[in-house]
Amino acid sequence: MSFKIIVLAKQVPDTRNVGKDAMKEDGTVNRAALPAIFNPEDLNALEMALHIKDNIKDSTITIITMGPSRAAEIVREAMYRGADNGVVVSDRKVAGSDTLATSYTIAQAVKKLGKFDLVIAGRQAIDGDTAQVGPQTAEKLECPQITYAEEVIMVNEDKIQIKRRLENGIEIVESKYPCLITVHGSAKECRARHAKYLMKFKKAKSNSELQELGQDYSAIWNEKPYLKIEEWSAADIMAEDSRLGLTGSPTKVKKIENVVLTQKESKILTPNDEDINNLMKELISSHILG
Amino acid sequence: MNNVFVYCEVTEEKLIADVSLELVSKGRKLANELDVKLEVIVCGDGIKDIEGILYPYGVDVINYAKDSRLFPYQTLPHFSIVTKLFQEKKPEIALFGATSVGRDLAPRIASFLRTGLTADCTTLEIGNHTENKTGKEYKNLLYQIRPAFGGNIIATIINPDCRPQMATVREGVMKKEIVSAKYKGVINFLKVEDYTKNDDFCLKIIERHIEEQKINIKGAQIIVCGGYGMGSKENFKLVHELADVIQGEVGGTRAASDAGMTEHDRQIGQTGVTVRPKLYIACGVSGAVQHRVGMQDSSKIISINTDPNAPINKIADYTIIGDVLEVLPKMIKYYKANTK
Repeated sequence: MSFKIIVLAKQVPDTRNVGKDAMKEDGTVNRAALPAIFNPEDLNALEMALHIKDNIKDSTITIITMGPSRAAEIVREAMYRGADNGVVVSDRKVAGSDTLATSYTIAQAVKKLGKFDLVIAGRQAIDGDTAQVGPQTAEKLECPQITYAEEVIMVNEDKIQIKRRLENGIEIVESKYPCLITVHGSAKECRARHAKYLMKFKKAKSNSELQELGQDYSAIWNEKPYLKIEEWSAADIMAEDSRLGLTGSPTKVKKIENVVLTQKESKILTPNDEDINNLMKELISSHILG
Repeated sequence: MNNVFVYCEVTEEKLIADVSLELVSKGRKLANELDVKLEVIVCGDGIKDIEGILYPYGVDVINYAKDSRLFPYQTLPHFSIVTKLFQEKKPEIALFGATSVGRDLAPRIASFLRTGLTADCTTLEIGNHTENKTGKEYKNLLYQIRPAFGGNIIATIINPDCRPQMATVREGVMKKEIVSAKYKGVINFLKVEDYTKNDDFCLKIIERHIEEQKINIKGAQIIVCGGYGMGSKENFKLVHELADVIQGEVGGTRAASDAGMTEHDRQIGQTGVTVRPKLYIACGVSGAVQHRVGMQDSSKIISINTDPNAPINKIADYTIIGDVLEVLPKMIKYYKANTK
């Protein structure tokens, strides 16, 4: 019996270390200054999948990502760390998707892969922080969900026990398969690339990447099918156009405002002893500090 | 127009959670503007004086699914109950806490009902909208306002065509307000077996340890907040030292907690806690909008930063241009000297 794990991952702009050059003069985001990275909690999700694979023989891990064709980069990155294969769902029709349209698209891709045991995803992506796509995909797949997962307590072919990290504590729950898990950032970090997999998958490519490079892989794919990163369009996953992208997104952005801060009357102080001493005196005499 | 709904969370102490009472207060105002009723839905058992707690906040209808199996929270039974109730009552607006419960439950419901959901809103308002392309007019939509992507951007999100208009809000963002101690509503008991399937209870809860919140920055009057500019976990101890001396609580920015300098529970901002202390001391905090929305209502703000152009300085009452490692020890020293 083979155990099938699907990991949902997203390539995101690195918003964590927004430096000065990441913001333009007018207060908008300079996307070009932000590198595209593997969404951090999706790496935690990949590690959880790899851990399960270590414990259940004959497991396979398939990555699904939705995004532009360059998102094949993170599929390769996952392969270097132990994933078996991956799919990029890429289509102009999915542009502008909110979480509802995204989860529909991803669920369609999962369904195309056939029967699965586990879907594992990061809790949320750092470019939106909504944490909605996981539970919404679980609903579309009509399976139970375990969110905020931190650790696998026990796993075998029949059931899994997961420790969840909640605001003020933990909870351990047990589920049968299939089920969907979203992984919290406090979970174990993802293992590093493995030299063996790096060698094996270095030349893995998707169709769009080959087109860009002007290479023909048909002979190579015949011989080494694992070097193919699948690329699926909306038609490939049998998606209804009305449920994709902007059309399929009930939420609309009405307005984007750059926050222009009006300077308060701010006292500028130096770090010298006199200034700090006076400040503390003032705070104490006005009873702000007691 | 149909009613405004709030999903109420139940705490370990079998009380209605603060975040839910805050949302009920906001929901009351939205309902007044729309001239509709405010309904809540509660799933649980043994909740102490549920009517006496909720009515004073202006609740017109309590929909109560009372069953011991509904506590502690589990996704599927709560999902089944709320979606079925929403299908029957077709709410105009539905609000959830942006907690580990609300963020687990609301997306699944929105997905099933194929409606929109906006996470972590910081402002909710009623307003109109004209569709640019078609010229179609929409009256009285819910403006779901939140900081967005990366920086100084505030986005207003609307959901013109699908109902309910759903949003989650973090604890502390809205204010709890009693309407009247005499306010009276009605209670509507839901027959749990009519609203759930047996399969909904398929998940087993093996173990639970929920502690009372150790860190309570929400209610603190004085907060010393450390940002990425503190540089290291070691340096961050200075933030604790100052807080101890002036009897304040310690907060952190997201960058600081992501970098492991402080606990996530201390995070202030859109994805953390919203605070309104009388004094807020920002140490090495640049002041991205996501952070500012969580602290900008503080009465007095002191910013300590080497960068004179840090955005936080613009909302600060006092700006000390200098190195936190030099300034914090001096603040401790002169506080002690002046309070002897």
